[in-house]
Amino acid sequence: MDKSGEAYWKATLGLLTKILAVWFLVSFGAGILFVDLFNQIHLGGYPLGFWFAHQGSIYIFVALIFYYAKKMGEIDRKFDVHEE
Amino acid sequence: MDLQTTIYLVVGASFALYIGIAFWARAGSTSEFYVAGGGVGPRVNGMATAADWMSAASFISMAGLISNMGYGGGLFLMGWTGGYVLLALLLAPYLRKFGKFTVPQFIGDRFYSKTASTVAVVCLLTASITYVIGQMTGVGVAFSRFLGVSSETGIYVGMGIVFVYAVMGGMKGITYTQVAQYIVLIFAYTVPAVFISLHLTGNPIPQLGLGSDLVGTDISLLQKLDQIAIDLGFGQYTTTTAGSTLNMFVYTLSLMIGTAGLPHVIMRFFTVPTVADARSSAGWALVFIAILYTTAPAVAGMAKYNLISTVNTAVATNGDLYAADSSLEVAKKPDWMARWEKTGLLKFEDKNGDGRIQYYNDKTKNADVLAKAEAAGWKGNELTVNADIIVLANPEIALLPNWVIALVAAGGLAAALSTAAGLLLAISSAISHDLVKGVFNPNISEKGELMAGKIAMAVSIVIAGYLGLNPPGFAAGTVALAFGIAASSLFPAIMMGIFSKKMNKEGAIAGMLAGLAITLFYVFAHKGVFFIKGTDFLPLIGGPNPFFGITPEAFGAVGALVNFIVAFTVDKFTKEPPEHIQHLVESVRTPRGAKAVDGAH
Repeated sequence: MDKSGEAYWKATLGLLTKILAVWFLVSFGAGILFVDLFNQIHLGGYPLGFWFAHQGSIYIFVALIFYYAKKMGEIDRKFDVHEE
Repeated sequence: MDLQTTIYLVVGASFALYIGIAFWARAGSTSEFYVAGGGVGPRVNGMATAADWMSAASFISMAGLISNMGYGGGLFLMGWTGGYVLLALLLAPYLRKFGKFTVPQFIGDRFYSKTASTVAVVCLLTASITYVIGQMTGVGVAFSRFLGVSSETGIYVGMGIVFVYAVMGGMKGITYTQVAQYIVLIFAYTVPAVFISLHLTGNPIPQLGLGSDLVGTDISLLQKLDQIAIDLGFGQYTTTTAGSTLNMFVYTLSLMIGTAGLPHVIMRFFTVPTVADARSSAGWALVFIAILYTTAPAVAGMAKYNLISTVNTAVATNGDLYAADSSLEVAKKPDWMARWEKTGLLKFEDKNGDGRIQYYNDKTKNADVLAKAEAAGWKGNELTVNADIIVLANPEIALLPNWVIALVAAGGLAAALSTAAGLLLAISSAISHDLVKGVFNPNISEKGELMAGKIAMAVSIVIAGYLGLNPPGFAAGTVALAFGIAASSLFPAIMMGIFSKKMNKEGAIAGMLAGLAITLFYVFAHKGVFFIKGTDFLPLIGGPNPFFGITPEAFGAVGALVNFIVAFTVDKFTKEPPEHIQHLVESVRTPRGAKAVDGAH
């Protein structure tokens, strides 16, 4: 792979790592591992940890995929590998 | 118009719509048959994916499961949606760039090996066939409950409908019927939820209603639910976990990986025109799925409250739950209870002979609850509720008009049919494209392959119908197995094919086989070899859930881990893949040059 190809792949992996970190934190972190801690806080009538497990994670997942699609589009154009 | 006639009219109209679409979207080429010609827009594909993905289990059973499990039910919500993040980031765009018809074809080409693609075909067929059996029985159940026909008749009608649009239209016919089916099922799911939310909390949006105060009080719905659930021994709704925290963690992860690795979902992303579309289409799919998946927990919580407060009148008045006149008199029970008692989904037995219905958890470990129940003269729980009731009887519990009940019937059928069709396409394309063209007869003509595809589809429908009519003695275990196989064999193989340039065929094949073997071993130890009763071998592995208390349903993630470890170990000691394969991986990683999907080997 040439230099620009390597840089492109590195940028891609960087973006994936960031997004998967958020993916992990909201579901496995706030929704499961630290749920008791988050339940101390309330969001309206919802205990926050319960909200992440039953609602919040799903909303954030949707946002993450669209953010990924947008950022990947930018990376594609920056390294000039986008589709014509 | 009476209820039965309304249901026939609404369901009949929905079937007419699907068949109409089938005639409009006939497939004339293999490209149309396998990938709908590759010209499906990201939103349309997202909607079709949502219908493909949401099965009879999502529509009918999930809310009931959550209702029973409380907080722990969140593992289904997070697991079955979080997988789309993995699918969008790790698989879909790269497989779309690769530009072929099927998942085994990617594995075969990337690992330059017919053996690898054949192993993938076996994994795909096992996962999809076990999954489709559940859908066919789901079709039968939905028919028998709503239309008053036998479950067998229901399966025959269901087979007929799927036959028309799947054989004629292939992916093209399936895509556009799935869009119609999505619209039917999402209305059917959300309309009753909106009315119930409005009735209980005054907020028409169920997602907000679940976090709101009960009408006329300043106590929140969830707080009240927690309180009555504890008082009646069911355990606090918002905190009860599914097994241990570790089990819930691994279970959620297994569902996520399994979701991302299910071939009938992956292949939907071959139908979009570009790599960029594959990325955004996964987002749209999740938007359409999220509409149902964020409504489900609201339906679950509200239905639990409704059910308990119907049976125990002291819930609404804040009175003593254990007072003699709090329990509902049998003579005063609502019509829907009587109606669903006939189906056997709701059972009542007056154990203490007081002519009233007592509903509580008599198996609770809470001594306080048991003491109160005994003092009140309660002799055990008297009402048994099947989890499916939560969605099926929802419109009646909320006193909604007949057309809403009919809509729920059409929605349940749409959910089961759309998933069955997607699975059948995955099965038939693996047979006609990966086995017939890929292995047995590479020189088959385009026309011949299209015909082979249609014949494979027809045969698959007959087999799925037969298995649906004569389920092989196991029901609940099958879906877990499908997810376990997808998670432990297909997902790691595809991912390593993209993210590791050096992964060779020996590593990939060994990994797939190891992941599959360990998962099957663990599941079969609990449920019997191929689910045959009496062949389970738990003593051999030291009792149930011997691996850190992880249940067999949750084991897929462990299988995936084994797959990765074995693959990288074997890869270390065998020679690296040829130069042209490493170039293939490089080209898969960049979007430029993506062409329309074709089937050339």
